[in-house]
Amino acid sequence: MRYSFLSILANGLSGQKGWTPTWRDAAPKPGYDVIIVGGGGHGLATAYYLAKVHGIRNVAVIEKSVIGSGNAGRNTTIIRSNYLLPGNEPFYEWSMKLWEGLEQELNYNAMVSQRGILNLFHSDAQRDAYARRGNAMRLAGVDSKLMDKAGVRAMYPFLNFDNARFPIQGGLLQARAGTARHDAVVWGYARGADRLGVDIVQNCEVTGFLREGDAIVGVETSRGDIRAGKVAVAVAGSSSRVAAMAGLRLPMESHVLQAFVSEGLKPMVDGVITFGAGHFYISQSDKGGLVFGGDIDGYNSYAQRGNLPVIEDVCEGGMALMPRIGRLRLLRHWGGIMDMSMDGSPIIDRTPVPGLYLNAGWCYGGFKATPASGWCFAHLLATGAPHDTAGAFRLDRFRTGHLIDEKGVGAQPNLH
Amino acid sequence: MRIPCPYCGERDAHEFSYLGDATLTRPDPAAADAEQAFHDYVYLRDNPAGAHEEWWYHANGCRQWLRVTRDTRTHAISGAAPARKSGEPA
Repeated sequence: MRYSFLSILANGLSGQKGWTPTWRDAAPKPGYDVIIVGGGGHGLATAYYLAKVHGIRNVAVIEKSVIGSGNAGRNTTIIRSNYLLPGNEPFYEWSMKLWEGLEQELNYNAMVSQRGILNLFHSDAQRDAYARRGNAMRLAGVDSKLMDKAGVRAMYPFLNFDNARFPIQGGLLQARAGTARHDAVVWGYARGADRLGVDIVQNCEVTGFLREGDAIVGVETSRGDIRAGKVAVAVAGSSSRVAAMAGLRLPMESHVLQAFVSEGLKPMVDGVITFGAGHFYISQSDKGGLVFGGDIDGYNSYAQRGNLPVIEDVCEGGMALMPRIGRLRLLRHWGGIMDMSMDGSPIIDRTPVPGLYLNAGWCYGGFKATPASGWCFAHLLATGAPHDTAGAFRLDRFRTGHLIDEKGVGAQPNLH
Repeated sequence: MRIPCPYCGERDAHEFSYLGDATLTRPDPAAADAEQAFHDYVYLRDNPAGAHEEWWYHANGCRQWLRVTRDTRTHAISGAAPARKSGEPA
């Protein structure tokens, strides 16, 4: 069913009885051309673009739980393309362009809101670094604007400009950045892929790989063996576990990242703001809750929950930035398992095992990358060659020395 | 999360800083396969979901390095021992 004003009107007049399920909950077939392991945003986007752009429709997305229940449902929904390095910036800008047309493309309301992201700086050195980043963005054809203190004050007068240690000197604004509704992105891609013939198989855990000689020719799952021409893995924090079934060790550690949402408020923060002297980023959801987060907890974890010291650290960052939130109560907080690659940049590449492809290493930044990650992974699977914007995301770059050192921290907790 | 420091007793984890996987051994830089071995040592991890041997430093306590065994699925800590074996030179 195509969603439109007329479909809403017709169903409103007929007691909402005409709606059909958004996608089929498929049972696995014995074989597919491509199996995508992981029913998060990246896996579903990959399936959608495989079917839409490349015409490969005999595809299954296999998810051990329900779709969107991992990091796709555990992020702070920020979308942006304010990167510095040539290996990163074109890719994230491609993602931003796909976000801008996503709802029309999918005929689904993903609530993409280009409300702008403002990265604050607090010292002369940090201003210079942000000016450099803004210039690098402009060289890549991306919008950026260096704001002085008066400009920031006009946007957000409630910030603490005179913090004794970290006075706000200005900020780098990307006006096209913003937020999107994370669940709707998952559902929209699932619906789009399903309409093109992709099977979405839930509650189907991969327990091993089917092999012929060296090559992988399918997966063993909790719902039986499924053969495939190619197996594509997009499982974020579980990447090391799945790769271990294929005998691979990855340049990656899994860490827990916490995020928070406050009780609902009237409109107060109309963009995304990041604190430059700590690690704190905040936006306001359309329901009114302030959504914010900070650093990873800093130890290996698969627990999807964190500890109090980081909560304290995040809240200290928030208080330094905007003291007016001090009496707010937290409504919820949660943790997701980040696939922290060793240079902090992602991997979209084939693996040394024939038939096995990997999409991983997204660290903190997987949500914003969802459309381009799917686009580029689909391109790699369909054509055998990396997409122009994702050519640097090689698995073997740690061996060859071509690291993408955007922040220079990777998984190492004491560098964050 | 509380870590049972062998010198200080059970202390809150925020007194400690974390280094990571304690099962890695620095390879011999003079070995013929040193380049490969250092790549594996610096970048590759087992990253297990389950028991994990890891280094913690009791920065706001006794300032000793500890080898802690922790379950990465539950954060339950089953043991902590001094990194340096007794009798070894400092």
